[in-house]
Amino acid sequence: MGKVVVVTSGKGGVGKTTSSAALGAALAQGGEKVVVVDFDVGLRNLDLVMGAERRVVYDLVNVIQGEAKLTQALIRDKRVETLYLLPASQTRDKDNLTPEGVEKVVASLRKAFDWVICDSPAGIESGATLAMRHADVAIVVTNPEVSSVRDSDRIIGLLDSKTVKAEKGERMEKHLLLTRYDPARAQRGDMLKVDDVLDILSIPLLGIIPESMDVLRASNVGSPVTLADGSSAPARAYFDAARRLKGEELPITVPGEKRGFFGKIFGRKAA
Amino acid sequence: MTDVLTQPRPIRLKGRSFLALALTPEMPFEDWLVRLDDLAARSAGFFLRRPVVLNVEELDIDRSQLRELVAQLAARNVRVMGIEGARPSLLGADLPPAMTDGRPASDFEAPAAEDGDEDARPAAAAVEDVAPAMAPQPVRAMPSIIVTEPVRSGQSLFFPEGDVTVVGSVASGAEIVAGGSIHVYGTLRGRAMAGTTGNGAARIFCRKLEAELIAIDGFYKTAEDMEPDLRGKAVQIWLEGEAIKAGTLG
Repeated sequence: MGKVVVVTSGKGGVGKTTSSAALGAALAQGGEKVVVVDFDVGLRNLDLVMGAERRVVYDLVNVIQGEAKLTQALIRDKRVETLYLLPASQTRDKDNLTPEGVEKVVASLRKAFDWVICDSPAGIESGATLAMRHADVAIVVTNPEVSSVRDSDRIIGLLDSKTVKAEKGERMEKHLLLTRYDPARAQRGDMLKVDDVLDILSIPLLGIIPESMDVLRASNVGSPVTLADGSSAPARAYFDAARRLKGEELPITVPGEKRGFFGKIFGRKAA
Repeated sequence: MTDVLTQPRPIRLKGRSFLALALTPEMPFEDWLVRLDDLAARSAGFFLRRPVVLNVEELDIDRSQLRELVAQLAARNVRVMGIEGARPSLLGADLPPAMTDGRPASDFEAPAAEDGDEDARPAAAAVEDVAPAMAPQPVRAMPSIIVTEPVRSGQSLFFPEGDVTVVGSVASGAEIVAGGSIHVYGTLRGRAMAGTTGNGAARIFCRKLEAELIAIDGFYKTAEDMEPDLRGKAVQIWLEGEAIKAGTLG
């Protein structure tokens, strides 16, 4: 049985899709069988970021409505053979995602894959709640600025109340992925500090992804950053985050900080 | 002579709970209204002066149907003070406000419909029968709840029965409403309203004050009105007369 991971944030534009693709590709390169599912029906992007936009025939909505089989809708990545994409529909309305349909699709993906990564749409409406509904693990993507942090806090509240796990009285495993971290701006004090974000959200940190042109460049050529240039700073940060997701304990590097900051950040096991 | 108010007195915001009769209409409304009329005929004035909340949770109706139903009830002297379980899109400015977080209380005793003496029973007598029976409350300790999770943005913790203790932080955009005192063993960034049921002796304690709003017994202060040197400190807040006082702890 695979693990279902939801990548969510509340706020838009913080890097959910980029992170879903990069983490998915990183896990797949380690030999795990991974499917990345785009839940952003009507505003699909994941196919572009993964470079599969010209191979989409069927999508999530087709599968849910019974117009296509799951195997017909899954797109296998051309670079990593254990990486798959289940695209969203661009033409349909998100009301086409029914709770029963999503449950069925997630259940069959869980059987066939080691990791099912659900790329959630922004917001707290049905699309986002359906994407998180069946998750075992949540990755909360946050930028180091106040509005993103507050929206993430709201999403964490929903993860603890609106998911199947929460309704069964179990604890949802949640991780914070701090993205678009700009060391120069952090030094000038224009951004929230890592410590402040951790203090407010009080969930364990999965990784800090530095703001980088490499991310944008990778998106534009349709490649997850962990596939485009594995040695770039953001790619290395995503590889580390993927290893932590698998349960490895690695020290966390704050970009731009060279001194022994690690222990301090990693030492805080927040609530 | 009237004094010019140099410092305007803030409006008091207090919470109070009342017992209301919750009516649950059933489809089709025509039949349900006939049954209601039947009930009203047996006991004239059953709905008179009684606050009524309409529960439409189970119903699949649109706005015009709801408006029609409220009008039909008004024609029967049933005045609806609020609507429970309606989608926000159902309600408008011309309809009673939405009510949430209702808690069950003892059922109202509907006048008995015994076939035989239905006609014999004078309607006026029934009015006196329907006063809700209040069970005597046993003496018990002041209730309190302990929350061991952080209270997240958008969450609202409502506990009019007594004290609330949070082992963790209260996020910006979250609120705690307590009948008694509020204790936050973490950072208070959201709103804390203590003593909302008229308890002026209630206090608010927090390990780190970053609150958006604090209130005790309806007297409130926003972040802007709080003394800036208390921010970030361990603070307790209490009420002295009508003034909110705050001081550092330990």
